[in-house]
Amino acid sequence: MTDVALLAQRSVVRTLRQPAMVVPSLVFPLLLLSINSSGLETATHLPGFPTDSYFQFALAIPFIQGALFSANSAGTNVASDIETGFLNRLSLTPLRRVSLMMGQLTGILALGLIQAVTFVAVGLAFGDGIAAGPGGVVVLVLLSLTISLAFGAVGAFVALRAGNGEAVQGTFPLFFAALFLSSMSLPRDLIEADWFRTIATWNPVSYMLEGIRSLVIEGWDGEALALAFACAGGIAAIAVAAAGSALRSRMVRT
Amino acid sequence: MSDAAIEAIDLVREFKKGPRAVDGIDLRVEPGEVYGFLGPNGAGKSTTVHMLTTLLPPTDGRAWVAGHDIVEDGAAVRATIGAALQDAALDPFLTGREHMKLQTALHGMRGAEARERSDALLERVGLVQAADRRVGGYSGGMKRRLDLALALVHRPRILFLDEPTTGLDPQSRSALWEEVQRLAADRGVTVFLTTQYLEEADVLADRVGIIDRGHIVAEGTPEELKDEIGRPSVEAIPQDPDQLARTKQVLARFGESVTGSPKGASVRLSGGDAQLAEVVRALDAESIEINELQLHAPTLDDVFLAKTGRSLEGDAEVETEVAAA
Repeated sequence: MTDVALLAQRSVVRTLRQPAMVVPSLVFPLLLLSINSSGLETATHLPGFPTDSYFQFALAIPFIQGALFSANSAGTNVASDIETGFLNRLSLTPLRRVSLMMGQLTGILALGLIQAVTFVAVGLAFGDGIAAGPGGVVVLVLLSLTISLAFGAVGAFVALRAGNGEAVQGTFPLFFAALFLSSMSLPRDLIEADWFRTIATWNPVSYMLEGIRSLVIEGWDGEALALAFACAGGIAAIAVAAAGSALRSRMVRT
Repeated sequence: MSDAAIEAIDLVREFKKGPRAVDGIDLRVEPGEVYGFLGPNGAGKSTTVHMLTTLLPPTDGRAWVAGHDIVEDGAAVRATIGAALQDAALDPFLTGREHMKLQTALHGMRGAEARERSDALLERVGLVQAADRRVGGYSGGMKRRLDLALALVHRPRILFLDEPTTGLDPQSRSALWEEVQRLAADRGVTVFLTTQYLEEADVLADRVGIIDRGHIVAEGTPEELKDEIGRPSVEAIPQDPDQLARTKQVLARFGESVTGSPKGASVRLSGGDAQLAEVVRALDAESIEINELQLHAPTLDDVFLAKTGRSLEGDAEVETEVAAA
């Protein structure tokens, strides 16, 4: 357990000491939130739009964007460990692979927690509050952490498979494409283009967004939350398993 | 179980799409010995170290480190060894002391024991004042010294140093040499050191193994190896550069040409150093005025040249062995 705590601490410390990694993951999502909520306010006039405040609708987006930055941050950190040989150093200690993986993932969660708390605070300060109340805030943070874990583990997997930071950076636009091809800007039933609506319906990111929105706009919606947790948890489970397997190959030792 | 500190028999590492990086090498390093593994880039040095430190399974052959089989008993091997691999494996965003804290903890040390061990090692490698600075701001020499301190945390009996001074300035190199010598002399640590620097092998190693293209081509003490070559070389630099061709013609009578200064002619004396006087007389007879005349004792580069037909110095093949893994 101490090994996990130490590696998690290292993961958090090295991330916090790179402002270029932390600041954009907080500032860019909030910047986009501010632009979207002022520029797309008229979308709330569409019949069937779930709220009359686009800010409330768009508040879900920073949580996903923050998680995408977590993926980049986790992947870059892991790739850096491979490229500098730090992973080899760890391989020569009695450290167990599972401890290393848990340490990395705990670091991702710590960064995710900072992001979630910041975005909730902004939502409370500038929006109409969280409809699900204080309990909803807790669930919102938990969902946000699950999403961060899912994308962070994907980033770690890519880094462990490829072994370099360029590959991690190369996947970053794909993550953003997944976000843009979701119900990010409009509810799915209000997307007019069939192909877009179909992609958004198949896209798990839509369900993550809708789970967060349900807490912010509507209150408690068991189905939306179940789908959101299932999508995020499912991706997290697959990505953690894949990253664990990639770590076994990467940390070959007899 | 082998009683040698390191023993390898017919050790092979073959990469899927690459060359046979290590091609059946035999090694025996005695406890307390400093063994220099000398060879150019891409010769198989790092691949051998990765196999002996359990980071890379061999394709064939067997090896034991501290009596433990590197394949069947990897954990026991790792508990016995320390390693500073190529390129100091450090996190630029952590301080030197944070590295020590992590390394001591991963080796099971806690509290006062960990602090005392960290402080002692930081002092030993001269990094006390820089201990709380981030490693990203360290010089190459400081990084290498920290790397060494980290490798020593758990008091290993056998130390693997993979090109520990590559890229260092002469002062840093000399400081690291002193530390390695102290470790071997004071603590009886067995050191397996890879290097592409002849001088390093000459100064540090009790015995040297020369590896080329995956094969060990020569092994012995530096003196034994140089004695095998036996013959010194002479280098003459004419005062008038236009006389360089004639100088080369004269010297060619006394032995085969060897690499030397571009301003002069160099040959290995076929009759040994007794021929030096004849060389001087021959140059004088041809009225060639000489600016500089030097007699060079055989070097490990001469040994490498004699064994492989190529010079070790200036050989700049790209290191592909571990990357190919």
